[in-house]
Amino acid sequence: MADITNQSLNEIIEKVKTKKISSTDLTKAYIKNIESAKKLNAFITTTFDQALEKAKQFDNKPNFNQLLPGIPLAVKDLFCTENIKTTAGSNILNNFIPSYESTVTKNLWSNGSFLLGKLNCDEFAMGSSNETSHYGNVINPVGDQLVPGGSSGGSSSALAADLTPATIGTDTGGSIRQPASFTGTVGLKPTYGLCSRWGIVAFASSLDQAGPMTKTIKDCAIMLESMSGFDEKDSTSINKKKEQYSKNLKDNIKGLKIGIPKEYRVDNMPKEIDELWEKGKKILKDLGAQLIDISLPHTKYALPTYYIVAPAEASSNLARYDGVRYGYRSKQGKDLIEMYEKTRSEGFGDEVKRRILIGTYVLSSGYYDAYYLKAQKVRQLIKKDFDDSFTKIDAILTPSTPSSAFKIGEKTSDPVSMYLNDIFTVPVNLAGIPALSLPAGVDEQGYPLGLQLIGKALDEQKILNIGYAIEKNCGFKNEIKKWWS
Amino acid sequence: MSLDKEKIKHVAKLARISVDEAKVDSLTKDLNSIFKFIEQLNELNTEKVEPLTSILNQSLRSRKDEISDGKIREKILKNSPKENEEFFVVPKVVE
Repeated sequence: MADITNQSLNEIIEKVKTKKISSTDLTKAYIKNIESAKKLNAFITTTFDQALEKAKQFDNKPNFNQLLPGIPLAVKDLFCTENIKTTAGSNILNNFIPSYESTVTKNLWSNGSFLLGKLNCDEFAMGSSNETSHYGNVINPVGDQLVPGGSSGGSSSALAADLTPATIGTDTGGSIRQPASFTGTVGLKPTYGLCSRWGIVAFASSLDQAGPMTKTIKDCAIMLESMSGFDEKDSTSINKKKEQYSKNLKDNIKGLKIGIPKEYRVDNMPKEIDELWEKGKKILKDLGAQLIDISLPHTKYALPTYYIVAPAEASSNLARYDGVRYGYRSKQGKDLIEMYEKTRSEGFGDEVKRRILIGTYVLSSGYYDAYYLKAQKVRQLIKKDFDDSFTKIDAILTPSTPSSAFKIGEKTSDPVSMYLNDIFTVPVNLAGIPALSLPAGVDEQGYPLGLQLIGKALDEQKILNIGYAIEKNCGFKNEIKKWWS
Repeated sequence: MSLDKEKIKHVAKLARISVDEAKVDSLTKDLNSIFKFIEQLNELNTEKVEPLTSILNQSLRSRKDEISDGKIREKILKNSPKENEEFFVVPKVVE
């Protein structure tokens, strides 16, 4: 039998529905792949026994009218899963077993899928290369010694290596789109409020959004439909009718107006990124879309703004890790204050500590106006840039990242050079709008490169449709040799 | 502006994170390079700009002031690093 695990989620669902494969055999095929891919270090926890049990239950009493019938899925270890250890990639949560399930994963399970395992990620989702995880670096299946992107690096690696048919990540400044771009996969950050944040380990609450990571655009539509929806328990959840993204997917983009922002052509951008962007523009033009030059003048201020807003919110969110109610507690410390200090010092890694300190400083008395208030004002300007543009256009096309996947250790010595990786993805989070990254080409070394499509709030269907059209016409095929097994 | 070692130790104290003396130098260097990057924002005149307080064009919902769950003390205490049947336990705070 041909290997089912290298097929798209949509194809796999069809095979399950037509009884060409049982949920049990499907699950066994992924378990086999996962067991032979330990080198990639994509998983923190596996839940094989439980998955096989669920698969058996499905096979005994199948319901094929669900979006994800009998499909095993691994998810980023930032989503709380009931009675399954949830670490957020941190030592401070190395023993944390939630007694509740995140809304997003609950939605996935209620559509017929079940958990295969928890995927590695940067600690508290802070990182762009999966090098800040307490549980070790994740390797990009594209090449040994290459980072898989971050923070959803375990998710992108597992997906590209056929260890899960689809997955979910979270995106605060690019943590879904950048790893998708580095691994030749599709990743979508939805509109802020489309997917519930309840039960997701919080990083920066005004920026965090969960979203799908998949092999194809169609798969992305299926997953988004399965995971999104209004949730009473998230005060910023948007209450609206559920969309049928996969059913409404169409590749006719004739007449759509696509904005090309001049500020996304940055200095020292590799030639291949520019060529990829040109290729994307040509495809859209040939399909009858209209290209319109636009300006998003405050683009260069997005990253500095992000590095005030995100650490400020993180310092506040991470204050809860005090060694008292859950998580790691230091054995040292004579009194309460010292116990806090030692617990947090031993429990958090360097990047997380750095960001907590930045956040604490920018919120501290005497500095709030100069940093945090200033950043919230610039954030307003960044949002306005997008609002103004979207009166004239339907979507925006840009590259996803300023480079292809880099080597492990290449950027760890200079935090700012690491941060610059998110230069094209961060503005979208600040504005709360949706964007997806899809693979559209490779660089000289054969490493995948992604294009980013940005839409206005709640316009996921449109960017999925445009992505669908590009996918069909760009001739990209992810050819990963399984060197690790 | 630049952050000196004393300032960083003070901020670490506020954040309840003990900083290893040996690491203060490299932390000072990293934080200063990040702040230099952040301070690009000073180029912009934002005097007349309203700060963004919400990215959703809706105000937050209010809910009825009712208990929606409860009686889950055991579940809540389950992950406590040190428990004593009904309470969270901390090092002695009163002499």
